[in-house]
Amino acid sequence: MATLNLIDVKKSYGKDEVIHGVNFDIHDKEFVVIVGPSGCGKSTLLRMMAGLETVTAGEIKIKDRRVNELEPMERNIAMVFQNYALYPHMSVFDNMAYSLKIAKLGKAEIKARVDNAAKLLQLSEYLKRKPRQLSGGQRQRVAMGRAIVRKPDVFLFDEPLSNLDAKLRVQMRLEIKKLQRDLGVTSVYVTHDQVEAMTLGDRLMVLNGGYVEQFGSPIDLYERPASLFVAEFIGSPSMNIIDGHAADGVVELVNGVRLPGSSEVAGAVKAGIRPEHLSLDPAGVIAIRKGVAEQLGSSTLVHGTLDGSDIAISVALPGVHREEQLDDVMCFSVMEQGLHLFSADGKRV
Amino acid sequence: MDKRVTFSGWWLPMLLILPQLLITAIFFFWPAGQAIYQSAFMPDPFGLKTQFVGWDNFTFLFEDEYYLASFKTTAIFSLLVTALSMGVALWLALMADRIIKGSGTYRTLLIWPYAVAPAVAGVLWLFMFRPNVGLMSWYLDKVGYDWNHVLNDGQAMGLVVVASSWGRISYNFLFFLAGLQAVPKSVIEAAAIDGAHFWHRFRTIVFPLLAPTTFFLLVVNVVYAFFETFGVIHTITSGGPQQSTTIMVYKVYSDGFVGQDLGSSAAQSVVLLLIVGMLTIVQFKFIERKVHY
Repeated sequence: MATLNLIDVKKSYGKDEVIHGVNFDIHDKEFVVIVGPSGCGKSTLLRMMAGLETVTAGEIKIKDRRVNELEPMERNIAMVFQNYALYPHMSVFDNMAYSLKIAKLGKAEIKARVDNAAKLLQLSEYLKRKPRQLSGGQRQRVAMGRAIVRKPDVFLFDEPLSNLDAKLRVQMRLEIKKLQRDLGVTSVYVTHDQVEAMTLGDRLMVLNGGYVEQFGSPIDLYERPASLFVAEFIGSPSMNIIDGHAADGVVELVNGVRLPGSSEVAGAVKAGIRPEHLSLDPAGVIAIRKGVAEQLGSSTLVHGTLDGSDIAISVALPGVHREEQLDDVMCFSVMEQGLHLFSADGKRV
Repeated sequence: MDKRVTFSGWWLPMLLILPQLLITAIFFFWPAGQAIYQSAFMPDPFGLKTQFVGWDNFTFLFEDEYYLASFKTTAIFSLLVTALSMGVALWLALMADRIIKGSGTYRTLLIWPYAVAPAVAGVLWLFMFRPNVGLMSWYLDKVGYDWNHVLNDGQAMGLVVVASSWGRISYNFLFFLAGLQAVPKSVIEAAAIDGAHFWHRFRTIVFPLLAPTTFFLLVVNVVYAFFETFGVIHTITSGGPQQSTTIMVYKVYSDGFVGQDLGSSAAQSVVLLLIVGMLTIVQFKFIERKVHY
């Protein structure tokens, strides 16, 4: 049973505050992903949980125990680093056994645990090798193995897949997910890749400029983004945002197109529509002039403009393979629940 | 395509390396050749003519008690200088690596002693420890310690070791600091999370990763202790008292230029050359293999 709680956690470097009061509770065995653009403070937050950075204000609790003042080693956590941080002069076995030797476990116990982890990660044949003799994916596994053997309360992942090539990344992503589920260890995972975030996390936290934008299940964030930032960050290709004006349950976009909106909203709004939530409909009110088309095989992405204006808009057309199937100007309608409205300051309304 | 720069003729490359060749030939090969040549001759007492004596110079040397003692002195001296200068430098580098505020000032100050020439450093230490006028010997006398390195051979050795190590610490410090900063920070952090305290991390992670630096410094410092400490010893003790600080290179000088026994001095140079050559070969052959990871 390992829970992790952050209570109004802040971080300042000198006078610059970089984390502005973060609150969240992570349940036992939960996989939480912190996602955000570079420099949003996500790695800093993770390093504070690990004990590698001091906490300026607030409280971090692991298993209901305040850990602010504890050294990293006293927190019983394991961390996987972006560059793996393997000990270059030690064999794979020694890398994994390092923490166990420090904990003064018996030789037999150490061997059993390392062998077990190696088997789990398909590293058994490489135990005698040095890190430099391994491929990127294998090094990544060793870093995972080093975390597993300790049986920690919490796993912390700091962008562990960003040094791998695209194909390996997808494969390791699955393995991490599976491993975490099998081992049932509470995990926090930091990434800037929203696809990784969506696929891995039980819950997702979007961090922007040191503020939490939204914290919830991936699908929640996709279906009901709490802010313009989350709306644009989650989902690929990203959401179309068009200025508009709402009154009497109708949203009028800047080019004059009128869409049914909510009767509770009035005034200037930003309307968000995901590219995949526009469907071809000869009777649709949104006319799009085709610009560039990207043929992805299973679907085609069209980047164009609203007809009669220069407002950029993208549409995803599943099932359309070839650009020749498309007209220059096409009409679309918005699917149900496909229209998101945000106020001028970026909050969902 | 050949990426190397190639010359079409031979005279330009020759001209370009000529200065280096000349320097090496004049200041290294010629003296070395002279030493080997002279080691087989013995001048008469007036220096008017020399006589071929074959191996006699060497035979005399290895029967000379003082010469054999200088082996031991050299071994002790170079061991102490290397250990002291590298040990202190490593410790200072570790501390300087941890400092965040004002680290630039510390580093600059720690590097300064390297700029002091060995002979000048020797004089500085001599002023401080001179039994009759030295500041330090006065303080030592105050606390009841009888300091007289002019008479006491242990104290004399201690003083030349400290004086020789002093400037060297800066040099070693610079390399150790660079070596420490090349150790990835995340590796240290990973070890901290794995439960290793500072000294345990140092022993199991940092020091092994520093091994290439340490090895390089070991070779360089031994060579330094063998040769370049001449200035310090000459100014502080002149090899005394009773030859207790006469290391081999100093004996080469004192027998050759003070004692005017050029044949013996040349033979000693040849022996010294062989010893340093062998030491370096041994170091590279047996130690270097173990330091790369």
